[in-house]
Formats: sequence, structure tokens, C-alpha cells
Amino acid sequence: MTVPNWRMVVMPLLAVVFGLIVGAILIVVSGDNPLVAYGGMVEGSLGGSDAIGRTLEKATPLVLGGLAVAFAFKAGLFNIGGQGQLLLGAAFSAWVGFNFDLPAVIHIPAALIVGGLAAAVLGGLAGLLKATRGVHEVISTIMLNFVAANFTEWLVSRDGPWKDPEGGAIARTPLVQDSADLPRVAGLPTGFLVAVLAAVSIWWLVNRSTLGFEVKTVGSNPKAAAYAGISVTRIIVITMGISAFLAGLGGGIQTLGVNGRFEPGFQTGLGFDGITIALLARTNALAVIPAALLIGAMDAGSTLMQARTDVEPEVINVIQAMILFFVAAPSVVRWILQLSEGEDVDTGVDLATGWGTT
Amino acid sequence: MIDQNSFVARNAKALAGLGVVIVALIVSYRWDNTQTTAVMARTVREAAPLVLAGLCGLMGERSGIINIGIEGQLLLSAFCGFMVGSYSGSIILAVVAALAAAGLAGTFLAWTSVRLRMDQIIAGTVINIFAIGATSFFYVPNRTMNTIPTISLGFLTDLPLVGPMLFSHGPLTYAALVAVAVVHVALFSTRWGLRTRAVGEHPSAADTVGVNIFRLRYLNLTMAGMLAGLGGMALIQSAGVFNRGMSNGKGFIALAVMLIGRYRPTGVLAAALLFGFFNALQAQLQFKQVFDIPPQFFGMIPFALTIAVLAIAGISVRPPAAIGQHYEKE
Repeated sequence: MTVPNWRMVVMPLLAVVFGLIVGAILIVVSGDNPLVAYGGMVEGSLGGSDAIGRTLEKATPLVLGGLAVAFAFKAGLFNIGGQGQLLLGAAFSAWVGFNFDLPAVIHIPAALIVGGLAAAVLGGLAGLLKATRGVHEVISTIMLNFVAANFTEWLVSRDGPWKDPEGGAIARTPLVQDSADLPRVAGLPTGFLVAVLAAVSIWWLVNRSTLGFEVKTVGSNPKAAAYAGISVTRIIVITMGISAFLAGLGGGIQTLGVNGRFEPGFQTGLGFDGITIALLARTNALAVIPAALLIGAMDAGSTLMQARTDVEPEVINVIQAMILFFVAAPSVVRWILQLSEGEDVDTGVDLATGWGTT
Repeated sequence: MIDQNSFVARNAKALAGLGVVIVALIVSYRWDNTQTTAVMARTVREAAPLVLAGLCGLMGERSGIINIGIEGQLLLSAFCGFMVGSYSGSIILAVVAALAAAGLAGTFLAWTSVRLRMDQIIAGTVINIFAIGATSFFYVPNRTMNTIPTISLGFLTDLPLVGPMLFSHGPLTYAALVAVAVVHVALFSTRWGLRTRAVGEHPSAADTVGVNIFRLRYLNLTMAGMLAGLGGMALIQSAGVFNRGMSNGKGFIALAVMLIGRYRPTGVLAAALLFGFFNALQAQLQFKQVFDIPPQFFGMIPFALTIAVLAIAGISVRPPAAIGQHYEKE
């Protein structure tokens, strides 16, 4: 099937437009002017270097959360544990950040890596349970989300070891040292560069490395993989570990670059946004970046939108749902625009097959 | 000799498990009747929404459609039920609204799969995100609705332990228990059930003998959604308030319950009760301060224990064979 290239670009854009139209209808229903609202959203996300910096900051954990889900999908694994992994990464990065005194060139990477590794242990555990005990990763990662949420909450609670002594009743860690502060370079957050680097690395890993080939083989046919001499157990554990590492890295960057400390309950939905991003990007590691930028820009702009119009910022969730819907249903877009049939873009993902493997 | 096909022989393990549970309950009751009663009543109460949501997932998957949008269905139905109940004052209307909201979401899932051939994981995610957005967007603070009263069942309610545990609940908790029996019988003993299972396992064979696969999927997913709608009402039945994001992962836990229950209604009930029990136990231990442990560690108990149980039991699940695939009519 030959696919005209323009459609691969135009269809997602149309999906965004249709998503915004649905959002506009909601805004009208609630008695506001959608043009003013969207104007606020655009200005709040793209108007000036401050706004752009905010968009990139918001997009950073989304890129990493999206990569986490997308990478696990390659091995046919559904990692719903991004939220717990992100929390663990954030807490451990904060700990390295406030507890040690190191030069920045060592301190920042050390904090990020420790956070990522803490998350990787959690994800690897889910992988190990799946590979050796047959525990479905959807069950274990969901359960571990709640375990991680409770655990990190305890770390900074009244009796917890990492509690900020100056925080009074507030549960949080102390601020990270200046040397662990992830800086902005020329107004641009460095964390975003780390996320882009991660996306490129994962793309290379999946498409150009032996490990990536093994991961994809396990994803498409575990039995054939085992027959070909690939250790399925090893691949499942490694994949879940890498996936969780990415989510944890997102939490770490958020801590060092934006919040400056770990506070439980920050950005509660962030871990689940990874699923949206990965699906929007059709599990392509490089496509995760624009998908995350789009959602990040909406997030960043929603504050100004609300300030100007009283539109609840959650309208962006409805818009995101509609965008995801239209991206996944090109036939609806074609039907609305009465486009010709037969030259449809293949959605290129079959995520549902991973569900049935045990 | 016991007949190999007798009810007892076929359900030996389940009956043995049930026996152990009953003995444990009696021993525990003799030891401390008030706490045992409190924990067990709470177990059933906490299990109810999970049972209903788990059955929703089960009906979908048995028909060959993965539903990861249960979380969204719970949230949408709790919200619609609450808003309608709050403005109209009628609990009947509230239930109707909840059923309609989650049922429509189920129809949507069937439509995206049957007509649009959309990936089912994506469709479920669409429902989840939409639900978070819509219920927050239309959220009205500081409203309440009438709580739904518990219904006493005469002398049954006055029985020791069993009364508070099984016969002193809100109507939606009873609905959950009834739903298990209804879905079980319907799935394994009716023509509809046979067809549904055939559609989930081997759709082309079902098609060959004249089963309308697409119509059955629409029907089943809509009915499944209504079960989740009852689950959403169960979330708000005792408190009479709606909070943003109040489903709090229960739709995902329901997926776990469905998998642990191995796609069987009785299994879903057992798994949900187990989870409800862990939850009730940690609440009671924390409340009574039996151990001097930080509350967060109590909070972990249900989740950590569930993983431990699965890891030790080594339960592997075989999903319906045609799960997640789109059926192409030949």
C-alpha cells in the first residue's frame, strides 16, 4: 500500500484541529469565548521565552513517561506503573540532591541516575514477577503504584527519614543543594535536552541494536524468541527495568529542575499521561517528542486560559481525549471531510495483542 | 466413589477454600466478635464496586474486547449519578443516569472496535482521559445528594456475623452480589452465554453458525458498562458526595481482580473479596493501633499482599483467545 506522505502529517494535525473544535463547543456551552480562551492558551504556552520554557518543562516528564510506555510496548508489555516509578525516581533524586555535597557535574547526573535506578528496581521487580511467576504486569504495576505512593509519602512524613526539618506540618524533603539544581541555559530547561537525548537513545536502541531486536522479537512472538535462543526472562526484566528507569528519570528531572524538592502528591496524573503520549506517538520513540510538546503546551497554557476566561483547565483533558480519538480513527476524519478512501495511513500499532500474552 | 462430574468434584478446590474461610471466620469470631464483624462487613462493602467493575471487564473480554476504560466508566457514572441525584433528589433517576453514562461509554468502546477498528487500548484510554476532563470541567463544588440508606433484611440482618457481613448493606452492594450470580448463570448456562464465549474465543466459528458477532459485542459492552455504572453508584452510595478523581484507580484494580479471578464471575467475587478483606484489615489495624507502624505501611498492605499472593500461587491467566483482535467478516 502506498501512502501519500502528506497524509501522515496532515491527519494528526486535523486530529488536533478537531479536538480543539470539540473543546471550543464545551467552552461555548459553559458561557465563555473559545477564541479568548485559546488565545490565552497559546500565549501562555508559546508567547515569549518564559512561556516556551514552561512548555518545555511540562513536556519533559511527558516525553520520558511516554517513552517508558512506548518502549515496554515493544516487548508486548503494558507498563501502567509509570506513576509509581515517577514518584520513586523523584524521591530518590531529591534525596541525592539534598543529602550530598558534590560538584554539579557529578551531583546532577548522580541524582538523576539514582532516581532512575530506584524506579528501575520497581519496574524490574514487575518484570521478574511476570517472567518467573507469571504475574501479569498490568496487575503488578498497578499494585506497585500504590505501594510506591505510600512508601514515598512515608519517606517525607512526620516520622520519615527524609522529612524537611523546617517544613513544619508539611510533608516534603528539604530543598536540593544548588549543585543539584538543574539549570536553564539561555532560558531553556536542560531537563528537556536530557529527555530528547533519551528519546533518540531509545529510538536507536529499538531500531539499531541487538537488544532492541531481541525486545521486538519477544514482543511479536515470545515462543519464537525462546526457540531462537533469546532468554525471554532476561528481556522482560531488562525491558521493564529500562521502561521504569525512563519514568523515574522524568520524576528526577521534575524534582531537580522544577520543584526543587520532593513533595508527595505532586502532579498526580503525570504517570498516566505517559500512556496518552505513547499512544499519540504510536509507540515511535521520536514521535513521542512532538506528542509530549503538544500536551505540554496545553498544560502550560491552561493557567493563563483560566485566568482570562474562567474556563476550567481540565477542558484540556477532554481535548486530549478527542485528539487521541481522531488520531486513532482516521476513518472518522475522512468521513467528516468526505475524503477519498483507500489510501489510509496504517495506524501502525497493534497494542492490544500484548494483552493476551502471559 | 465420588462421581467425577458431580458438583462437588468439579469444584473441589473452591469448596475446600470456602471451608477454610468459614472455619477461619468462626475461630476469629470466637476470639474477638466485634472486630471480626467490623472487618468482614467492611470487606463486603469495599469489594462491591470492584466486583461490579470487574464483571464489566469480564463481560467485555469474554466477548473479545479489552476494556481498560473501566476507570473512566466508574468516574463518569459516579459523576452523572451524583449530579442527577443532587439536582433531582431522586435516587432512581441517579441510578438511571449512572447506568446511561457508563453504558454509553461501553457502546462507544464497541463502536470504536467494531466500526472503526480502533486499537482497543487506545479506545479505553480515550474514555479514561475524557472522564477525568469532563467530570472536572462540569464539577460543581459544595453539592451533596441524599445518601442511599442501607436495607435491612429482617431476621437475616439480626444474625450474628453473617447479618452485618451480608445482610446490612446499601442496595448497590446487594446488586454486586446478585450480579455475580446472574452473570455466572448467564455466561455458562444460557444461549447468550455460549454465544458470547464463542465470540471471545473463536469468532469465525461463531460467525459460521450464524451468530451476529457485531450486534453481540455492542449489546455486551453496553450491558457491561451498566455494571460499571452500578459500581460508580456504589462509590457514592454511603457518603453522598462526589470528589474529583474519586475512582482513584479502582477501575485498574478491577482489571487486576478480573485477571486474578481468571475471567470467571465467581473468581471475580473471590478476588474482590480478598482485596476488600486486605483493605478492611489494614483499616482496622490502623484504627485500633494494634501495631506501632506508620500508617503508610498499613496503606501498602492490600497491594503488597495481592502481589505476594499472586507470586506464591503462581496463577497464570489464559485470556479469551480472540481478545483484542478485530473481526473481519468474510
